[in-house]
Amino acid sequence: MAISFDQSIAVHVRALAVTERRAELLASNLANADTPGYKARDIDFRAALEAAGGQQGLALERSDPGHLPAASGGHGSMSVEYRVPTQPSLDGNTVDTHLEQARFAENALRYEAALTFIGGRIRGLRQAIKGQ
Amino acid sequence: MGLYNIFAVAGSGMSAQSVRLNTVASNLANADAAAGSPEDVYRARQVVFQAVMDGAIGGAEGGGVPVEVVGIRESQAPPRKAYEPNSPLADAEGYVYYANVNPVEQMANMISASRSYQSDVAVMNTARQLMERTLQLGRQ
Repeated sequence: MAISFDQSIAVHVRALAVTERRAELLASNLANADTPGYKARDIDFRAALEAAGGQQGLALERSDPGHLPAASGGHGSMSVEYRVPTQPSLDGNTVDTHLEQARFAENALRYEAALTFIGGRIRGLRQAIKGQ
Repeated sequence: MGLYNIFAVAGSGMSAQSVRLNTVASNLANADAAAGSPEDVYRARQVVFQAVMDGAIGGAEGGGVPVEVVGIRESQAPPRKAYEPNSPLADAEGYVYYANVNPVEQMANMISASRSYQSDVAVMNTARQLMERTLQLGRQ
């Protein structure tokens, strides 16, 4: 019975990848807050996380070696969508700076949470190995 | 790693906003400049921003989109005319032309540019903190 990293922290590693992508998009939105004609974009976090193999928190159980593992979704599963503008603007720019800042802060918090969970798992496994 | 691209994107935003602040400073400094003809007088300048879509950092889908200044445009609004026949700059009819800079508009522009600059700095700081935390993953 081998220790499998994949089963214990797969969802957090996936959340890390999605929050990274999302952080790039939100940073672009903030940098282009004054660009005429720029449309704000974002990733639907929950949909992107579920598009990966399995639902949130549940890993695919394989009771037989012949069972195929769940497909780990590639980068194509993260769909970039346009944000619905909150107020009309003269130059076609749909970035609401305060909204984007709040979303960016929330995204950074998700990233730190995923890091904390992964770090906790690693430390727990290390303790189990050392026997302390 | 995706977070590295954020530095390039936020850096481009900061550079673009500083060019915008430069034009605001030029406009305010030359707000009372006078000239003898409409062609020679200082005209208010404005930056033109553009998102760099085709060179998106990190791939086409979901990559970072930096911003760049494609040009600085001069305002085409007519300059302010003042009747000063005794001025050495007055033209044949006694008019002197002043720059068409609106100080209130320039101050609002300056506030908006500094806010955007600050938010880009905050984005860069947060990205740096997250990457530092990632590097400490698994350490005691």
